[in-house]
Amino acid sequence: MIIATNVSKKFGSLTALNDFSVTCNKGECIALIGPNGSGKTTFIKTILGMVVCDSGFITVNGCNIKNHWEYRSRIGYMPQIGRYPDNMTIGQVLDMMKDIRGKQNKNLLDEDLIISFGLQPLMNKRMRTLSGGTRQKVSAALAFLFNPELLILDEPTAGLDPVSSEILKEKIISEKQKGKLILITSHVLSELDDLVTQVIYMQDGCLCFHKTIEQLSIDTGQVKLAKAIAQVMQNK
Amino acid sequence: MKKVIKYVVIDILRNRIMMAYTLFLMVLSFSIFGLEDNSAKGLLGLLNIILIIVPLVSIVFSTIYVYNSAEFIELLVSQPLKRKTIWMSLFFGLSISMVLAFLIGAGIPVFIYQADITGMMMILIGVLLSVIFVAVAMLAAVKTRDKAKGIGVAILLWLYFALLFDGFVLFILFQFADYPVEKAMIAISMFNPLDLARIMILLKMDVSALMGYTGAVFKDFFGTELGMGLSFVVLLIWIFLPLGISTKRFKSKDL
Repeated sequence: MIIATNVSKKFGSLTALNDFSVTCNKGECIALIGPNGSGKTTFIKTILGMVVCDSGFITVNGCNIKNHWEYRSRIGYMPQIGRYPDNMTIGQVLDMMKDIRGKQNKNLLDEDLIISFGLQPLMNKRMRTLSGGTRQKVSAALAFLFNPELLILDEPTAGLDPVSSEILKEKIISEKQKGKLILITSHVLSELDDLVTQVIYMQDGCLCFHKTIEQLSIDTGQVKLAKAIAQVMQNK
Repeated sequence: MKKVIKYVVIDILRNRIMMAYTLFLMVLSFSIFGLEDNSAKGLLGLLNIILIIVPLVSIVFSTIYVYNSAEFIELLVSQPLKRKTIWMSLFFGLSISMVLAFLIGAGIPVFIYQADITGMMMILIGVLLSVIFVAVAMLAAVKTRDKAKGIGVAILLWLYFALLFDGFVLFILFQFADYPVEKAMIAISMFNPLDLARIMILLKMDVSALMGYTGAVFKDFFGTELGMGLSFVVLLIWIFLPLGISTKRFKSKDL
């Protein structure tokens, strides 16, 4: 579903992505792992077209994303730090997104998370008054709202309380079973154990490896993802 | 695109600064027309203020608004929308609000006191200037990442158009006083929408006699329909050129 070919991106003298190639298919749940500043968020932003790559190209569903925008209607994106217009209330932000996506039809919307996060009583609160965690909940609810085929979650559980992050994890698992492609970045590896089927490990903007979780545990002899990755990092 | 414009306009119209600007223009216009017994004189007084205030508010407000909408823009870019649509919506939203404020604040008093061709011309010019400076502001905002620097650039641009350019023109006039520079002056005035606007209105008011020989040359050029048409085209270029450049920049901008 996503094919990235030789993608490079520089910010001034800093190389964020260096000849990065990767293929992601439907029905996979992929963990994007790497040290800070290894280009994970940049890669995600290039898929979304928020960052324009210097060379190489990315196709989503067989369509080159350059100069295209329709493909984004298939993507649900949860940013690392959700930033929303300060003066709008939660309800207004949700309504605006529905309006912009042109999906007013209630049946097509997936409002599970709004209900399970208990956002409904907060609908009239302005975005600037929200705590970091509530903001994350809004981001998550927005990402899942339009039933996208592709979910991109950048540090989804950062800032969420244990109950909420459990709710979110269950939601991710149920979406995975529907055969959607899910991309997750996270530093809390223990949380990814029961979610992901594949691991992409990045370092300094390069792809180190892209393996299934079974292959990784065979190669490293570790069952837990956290330990397996720790071993990979030590061997470098 | 209409949907996004709607959200931008609603957001701006809720802004208190916009309300204050409209009210300020209104009080100013009414008091100027009230002070002068001759409404043509009043129009002249209003002109000088409009040429200073409208571009200043338009450019500073738009620049700050674009920077403050960074989150909004970021949110929209990850949605199925064209970058061009987002940027154009922002431009139209800002322009509609600025024009609306000007029409209510200055348009209504001019309609009441001086509803002739000169008054209409003045309103039209005010509307064009509002839009021109929104376009210039958006260019300044897209070129500089830093907010403080961007606003500084916007203020400097205004300073340039409102004051420095005239100083520069005066300097040239005195330096080349021995040569026939009047025709060249027409060309030079095209480089500043404010000067162009001022000349266009002054000539409509028949006070060009006050401007001496240069005024006569101006009258020869701007007094004709071709000259007027050409000036309007130049003012439109002042909208579309900055807008085109900033859209192109925005399309390849990293967010």
